[in-house]
Amino acid sequence: MSSLGLTRTTYSVYISGMSIRHGILALLSEGPAHGYQLKADFEQRTGGTWPLNIGQVYTTLQRLERDGLVHRPHGVEHQPSDRVVYAISETGRAVCREWFSTPVRRTQAPRDELAIKLALAVGAPGVDIAALVQGQRSEAVRTLQELTRLKIAASDTQDLAWLLVLDALVFQSEAEVRWLDHCESRLVRAAAARDHAVRDHADRPKTQTTSDETQVGAR
Amino acid sequence: MSEPILVLDDVTRIHGSGENAVAALKGVSLTLHSGEFVAVMGPSGSGKSTLLNLAGGLDRATSGAVTVEGAALQTLSRAALAQVRRRHVGYVFQDLNLIPSLTAAENAALPLELDGRSPRAARAEAMASLEALDMHRLADRFPDDMSGGQQQRVAIARALVGGRRLLLADEPTGALDSETGDAVLRLLRQRCDEGTAVLLVTHEARHSGWADRVVFLRDGRVSDTAVYTLDPVAKP
Repeated sequence: MSSLGLTRTTYSVYISGMSIRHGILALLSEGPAHGYQLKADFEQRTGGTWPLNIGQVYTTLQRLERDGLVHRPHGVEHQPSDRVVYAISETGRAVCREWFSTPVRRTQAPRDELAIKLALAVGAPGVDIAALVQGQRSEAVRTLQELTRLKIAASDTQDLAWLLVLDALVFQSEAEVRWLDHCESRLVRAAAARDHAVRDHADRPKTQTTSDETQVGAR
Repeated sequence: MSEPILVLDDVTRIHGSGENAVAALKGVSLTLHSGEFVAVMGPSGSGKSTLLNLAGGLDRATSGAVTVEGAALQTLSRAALAQVRRRHVGYVFQDLNLIPSLTAAENAALPLELDGRSPRAARAEAMASLEALDMHRLADRFPDDMSGGQQQRVAIARALVGGRRLLLADEPTGALDSETGDAVLRLLRQRCDEGTAVLLVTHEARHSGWADRVVFLRDGRVSDTAVYTLDPVAKP
């Protein structure tokens, strides 16, 4: 068996469905929120591609609270009852950081988790998105190397079906690398545009209003 | 470990000068040993082809050192550099570059004849190289009578003729369909497993799967290197 865990009999076993725990923790790392806000934020950030059930959100929040990853902050009005505000704990932050820093392994989770992770990484405090993209690309290349070695070891005649599946996995991984390259270019462009905007602002005469400066400073 | 076949040490290449200076490659270091397969990836303009040209002595570094089989290319005269290229460096390009008026064997023998070998000795070496790629039966065919995949095999045979151990490949499967391209990469991997050092420039991510190491270039710098030590594939 390869270190990817791929063998003839297990290659079709993919665990589908991303745990929404990490998604909720990622959103709470930006500040306290109640369940409806989290649902709305999640759907807005991921373009509504993966709608969340509000019951699922609250069940998850209760489990996160039980596990010490979130808590109800003191001094916050929790009324009405369906507007209970939650905040992330230090343990929760550690779990969240670990999620962002661990590449998604395609054998363990569908690519959707990666898209969600990137969408949520935009704006998440302390997340190096460029490093996230590079780490993920290295993981995808490693997968390509594993798959290619399985192809080399397979027989053209006896293992035709297996080779077709391997090719499918190779092309999926290649698509992921191309997408990550595209993300990297987009991030570089966005960073350059942001730097340009900051320089423009710095060059402006000092008569600009304070509210403008506050907005740029907050970016 | 044996002496490296190719070493790039802090290599920079700047085109033009003054305000018009453009750095195509900035401080890149890379070492290839016998039996190593390294893929270079990156967007257009990232410096991939510049790196390959410098590695093969087709271009000179503005600073830094390039060493091929122990020869420091920047110290060589034009004639000595040409000799290193003929004796030690094989190229495979996207657009096959076989000479249409020469047969497969004549194409494969050409680098040796240019290096002063007798036609008879050059042909014997060419036939051995073609045989290693299972192309000896088509030795007397002209390129136009061969498929794209067969032509690329001849190009690889020519690149490795006479025991050359460094193969520089620039998008070698670009003109081929994906299955034929796969077959070409399989051949490169086999040559590599038998001791050749392969430096492959490609924009197709799946080709990186054949490599031991993948170097990502962005704006002339190495942005990321993925190195994986995998168990050798069991021979059937």
